[in-house]
Amino acid sequence: MAARIPRVPVRDQDPGQRAKNFEEVCYGYNAEEAMTEASRCLNCRNPRCVGACPVGISIPEFIAHTAAGDFKAAAGVIARDSSLPAVCGRVCPQETQCEGSCILGVKGEPVAIGKLERFVADWNRDHGGPSEKMQPAPGAKKVAVIGSGPAGLACASDLAKAGYDVTIFEALHKAGGVLEYGIPEFRLPKDTVLKAELDEVRALGVKIETDVVVGRTITIDGLLDNEGFEAVFIGTGAGLPKFMGIPGENLNGVFSANEFLTRNNLMKAFREDYMTPIHAGKKCCVVGGGNVAMDAARTALRLGAETTIVYRRTEVELPARVEEVHHARQEGVEFAMLTNPVEILGDEKGWVRALKCVKMELGEPDASGRRAPVPVEGSEFEIPTEVVIMALGTSPNPLISSTTKGLETTRRGCLVADEVGATTRPGVFAGGDAVTGAATVILAMGAGRKAAAAIDAYLKKK
Amino acid sequence: MFEILEKEMLTPATCRMKVRAERLSAAAKPGQFLIVRADEKGERIPLTISDFDAAEGTVTIVTQSVGASSSILNSYEPGQSFADVVGPLGQPSDFVSMSAEELASKRYVFIAGGVGTAPVYPQVKWLHEHGVPVDVIIGARTKDLLIYTEELGGACDNLYLCTDDGSCGFKGVGTAMLEKLVAEGKSYSRCVAIGPMIMMKFATLTCKKLGIPITVSLNTLMVDGTGMCGACRVSVGGKMRFACVEGPEFDGYEVDFDEAMRRQGQYKAEEAQANEKHKCKIGRG
Repeated sequence: MAARIPRVPVRDQDPGQRAKNFEEVCYGYNAEEAMTEASRCLNCRNPRCVGACPVGISIPEFIAHTAAGDFKAAAGVIARDSSLPAVCGRVCPQETQCEGSCILGVKGEPVAIGKLERFVADWNRDHGGPSEKMQPAPGAKKVAVIGSGPAGLACASDLAKAGYDVTIFEALHKAGGVLEYGIPEFRLPKDTVLKAELDEVRALGVKIETDVVVGRTITIDGLLDNEGFEAVFIGTGAGLPKFMGIPGENLNGVFSANEFLTRNNLMKAFREDYMTPIHAGKKCCVVGGGNVAMDAARTALRLGAETTIVYRRTEVELPARVEEVHHARQEGVEFAMLTNPVEILGDEKGWVRALKCVKMELGEPDASGRRAPVPVEGSEFEIPTEVVIMALGTSPNPLISSTTKGLETTRRGCLVADEVGATTRPGVFAGGDAVTGAATVILAMGAGRKAAAAIDAYLKKK
Repeated sequence: MFEILEKEMLTPATCRMKVRAERLSAAAKPGQFLIVRADEKGERIPLTISDFDAAEGTVTIVTQSVGASSSILNSYEPGQSFADVVGPLGQPSDFVSMSAEELASKRYVFIAGGVGTAPVYPQVKWLHEHGVPVDVIIGARTKDLLIYTEELGGACDNLYLCTDDGSCGFKGVGTAMLEKLVAEGKSYSRCVAIGPMIMMKFATLTCKKLGIPITVSLNTLMVDGTGMCGACRVSVGGKMRFACVEGPEFDGYEVDFDEAMRRQGQYKAEEAQANEKHKCKIGRG
């Protein structure tokens, strides 16, 4: 019976209106909608969704509480496994994880697990009241966590719950890592959603010290030798931008997506009352097809630029979440598929005037199984533009690996770590993008949790 | 929060501040920089470190009011605090990691221009303390704009002052002074130039002519200062380099200064607007 109810649609801000502001696109469910949607869950005896969740949230259990209208109990269930539910309900690629494995999805539409998680987290923030402040017991062992992004926050939360005295060191002036500098306000509101979840982590007794660049201000060796930390978790993400290596990349008006998004998100350049400038131009091309490319394109659009996504494969291969591509298209972002830049052309003053591209076609499947794009000979053409934003992925920052004794890295600059996060140096663990290269928020959180368990085991043996 | 302990106006527009930043002061080395953010709404402003004292837990910065953000920075008074001071960032000067034998063969000359004179100080002090002969040339438009003359005078072998208008010392630019010194028989194994990009470009041209290797300290645009944004990218020896993590010091011979200057002006239009707004606010008092 339950499966007969169609998936409850979620309300969005009107595309025409939202293309001009930075307010959140998706309004989320109200209580009634959430309870109806939750009632669709079959409460499978062997829930595939839980296995598909990198942090293993007891999904049917929280959904059952939601269906019964006990949102506080639902929040309690999620909190056992995730310290960032309001974030994950908004930014997880549910279609390839929990919802992607939902049995209802075989014949119809899966349960909207992400939207339900978001509802429960938002409800709990607005009605649940602040959590009780916890403090580590005197004499608790000290653990340092480097980076306050998803991996670090997840690791720190679990360690604090296990009784450790945890300090997170953050290089920027605000905590949150990519959640703060990378993901835009219209997908993840900072002052309401993110701040509240960071406050919850702090309430567990976790200290966050900002403005500390590990590898420069302090070193891991210093933390272990001089500051009394007994283990370290490195969750520094993958922050180095990539460029294409084509002519013209140093012209004025060419930015990495990292720069563009950091100016807008962390530095709030979109707000008149903040000092940091940003330049989106009248016309803007974003090169790449991932979530970061979508975020950059939709940001440029909101800043008033006619924006085009330039991607060398087809829409089917776009690595971005389906919802982001859909939203971008609704808002008026253009998509130039099977198109690859070969040069950025400048005017006499050294500013971008056009992006020179070639048309591509899909050839034979490559090692990844995806059909490799190959250039069509003689198909060169120019897209007039004032700004080019490179969203080609990122790689880990060498700042820590190059300043810490005994830490091995792969050829791609990723830290070498085993499946529970142990690096080549005893007592030093790592997880998230710093180990895997750029991936998702939730995979980083999963890695952070595994490492927390491994650190606990390591310190108990020590 | 990072409390301002001392403040002194070096010229009507140039301000020196001593700021409490304990972790930073303990790690800083000559050649490195830091980033300041005055308040919640402020920009992250990169500044080369002008001095540091680990025992005291302080760093010294020197800032010239050129736009809205730097003017706001300079409006802070002792007892107030900056929201953020982070660093040290970038690589220390290469001589810091040289062996005593290597250092023994060196003779340094520094060319300092304008507000760039301040960050020369920790480098000169370090070399002087390590027994390396070091001369310093300070250039400014006019006498009143010369800064750090006493500090540098006490920390180097020979100090040469230059002004464009001849109101103090040699009449002419710093590079002309260097040419004169070399013509008089001085010899140097390396020059270090810190100042406006255009000055470093001409210092490099002069050094090329004289056959002296030169190090320059690039004050590029930056946001995070840790290699994340890429705003600071410069062409050095035909390769893309990030000034924030690979610099700020590079071999002057290899730097594409024209590109670096063009990139520095990338937000000029936006900055001009911000300055107008800032002036309006001051006007309204």
